[in-house]
Amino acid sequence: MLETANQICVVIGASHAGVNFAFNLRKEGWQGAIILYDVDPNTPYHRPPLSKSYIVNGDLNSNLLKPLESYQKENITLELGKKVTSINRALKTISIENETDQKYDKLVIATGAIALIPQINGIKEATNLFAMRTAADAIAIKNAIDTSSEKRVVIIGGGYIGLETAASLKKIGAKVIVLERESRVLERVTAPLMSEYFMDLHQENGVKILIKKNVISIKNEGSFNTVFCDDNTYFEADIVIVGVGIRVNAELAKNADLEIENGIKVNQFAQTNDKNIYAIGDCTLHYNPHYDKFIRLESVQNAVDQSKVAAASICGKNLIYDTIPWFWSDQYDVKLQMVGLSNGYNEVLLRKEATENTSFSVWYFKNEELLAVDAINNGKAYVLGTRFIKGKQKINKSKLVDVSIPMKPTSFL
Amino acid sequence: MAKITFITSDNETITLEGTSGSVMELAVNNNVKGIDGDCGGVCSCATCHVHVAPEDFAKTGGPEELENDMLEFDDLTNEYSRLSCQLQISEALDGIVLKVAK
Ligand SMILES: Cc1cc2nc3c(=O)[nH]c(=O)nc-3n(C[C@H](O)[C@H](O)[C@H](O)COP(=O)(O)OP(=O)(O)OC[C@H]3O[C@@H](n4cnc5c(N)ncnc54)[C@H](O)[C@@H]3O)c2cc1C
Ligand code: FES
Repeated sequence: MLETANQICVVIGASHAGVNFAFNLRKEGWQGAIILYDVDPNTPYHRPPLSKSYIVNGDLNSNLLKPLESYQKENITLELGKKVTSINRALKTISIENETDQKYDKLVIATGAIALIPQINGIKEATNLFAMRTAADAIAIKNAIDTSSEKRVVIIGGGYIGLETAASLKKIGAKVIVLERESRVLERVTAPLMSEYFMDLHQENGVKILIKKNVISIKNEGSFNTVFCDDNTYFEADIVIVGVGIRVNAELAKNADLEIENGIKVNQFAQTNDKNIYAIGDCTLHYNPHYDKFIRLESVQNAVDQSKVAAASICGKNLIYDTIPWFWSDQYDVKLQMVGLSNGYNEVLLRKEATENTSFSVWYFKNEELLAVDAINNGKAYVLGTRFIKGKQKINKSKLVDVSIPMKPTSFL
Repeated sequence: MAKITFITSDNETITLEGTSGSVMELAVNNNVKGIDGDCGGVCSCATCHVHVAPEDFAKTGGPEELENDMLEFDDLTNEYSRLSCQLQISEALDGIVLKVAK
């Protein structure tokens, strides 16, 4: 066991990555201090429900990553509402706004990302314009909807956040239009047939999705805004939600001269080029051994798994980061589960279950290698896909698409 | 209120009392080893897998379809498997014993 009783581990960012890390570090036997800083004043919470159940139920307290007492029990210090402004590697200290500097022996950067607000004419003057990243965003959106009589919502961006928010707002009675710049929704992450499926799903539920809509300006008209696109169309909105992507919070790391490359670059132990500094979660560019490349992910899985690896490494164990990425999304009554990385696929196979009309799966191949699976209301495909990808299992493609063959671990060999 | 007993893979026995929420939340809130609840309880991660003691299985009943899909091909699944995020705490669960699958 390492001698850690007199050491201090400081974590910047208390969300999925930072909080899980802190508890994992205790589990791994760290005896010294653990101090978590976050500018967000709320007790750390799960983000995925913000765009899903939160909008519908509105209860943040059922949404905490850990109850407050757990931090006390594990002797983990939470410093909420405090912004870290710099890292001094030579002195091994961090500076905090309006506070004295804090010393560290080990430092973990878990600063995640913030919602990207595009530079659109008039966006600063727009009223009731929100991003969807934090609890404060979700609360503000919910309040705006509850107090608006017309409830006309324009969502800029047809990615997961935009689509989930659209579905949730529809459920509480809003009139929702989604404007997507590309020629299909979810373009970055799925095959065309998935995009089509989600387009149809939303239209059926009364949400309008318009593609090839490049928003170029927003004009405030008092209590509402008009959103203009470059094809001379425009849309009136009482509430505008921007879901066009994120920007990684890497400034602290960059200013401390840590290696940055589309995220804070870390090795398989989640360690930066400074051996006393680790980085985990959305803010990292890390190596994925299965796909043999450096990637950056925005997912709970990645935040949680990297937190385990970093905690083990700091406590002197060699656990390496080697997971197949997974992700989920809930919209209306549809559950999407994805596993693997589909980038670089050259063939897509669709399997539609014979017994069920709401359940199907999409299998992404690069030649003979299964790269990823998207499963709609189909946990079996998701679980099997995970197993096949992990094991680099060769799949019999004609059996896979033959729905008279039931889905079993040995069916497609 | 329900008393729920967890037995971890290290054979540690932890009895907790819960009034509301899911069994997964109760376990996560009390750091029961082997129950992570990574997806927050939406039946997407299977990090909350438990084996219900056979004599208590009538109290929980079996899984619904999506939960069943998630469990069916898991190596650790047996006939008493449940995802604890799908077990809502109520008097009906009082006294049950759950073995953490991991
Ligand atoms: C609405 C929404 C829905 C989502 N749905 C899903 C889903 O269904 N499935 C899924 O897998 N993922 C989902 N995600 C993504 C998932 O939430 C993120 O991948 C995850 O939150 C990443 O965790 P993190 O700790 O790395 O970063 P973050 O959650 O971004 O946390 C970083 C924290 O660092 C703090 N911070 C940053 N800079 C400083 C500083 N200088 N000083 C102090 N504090 C600082 C921030 O305040 C923040 O709390 C969703 C995200 C959102 C926003
Ligand atoms: S908590 Fe993820 S499946 Fe139960």
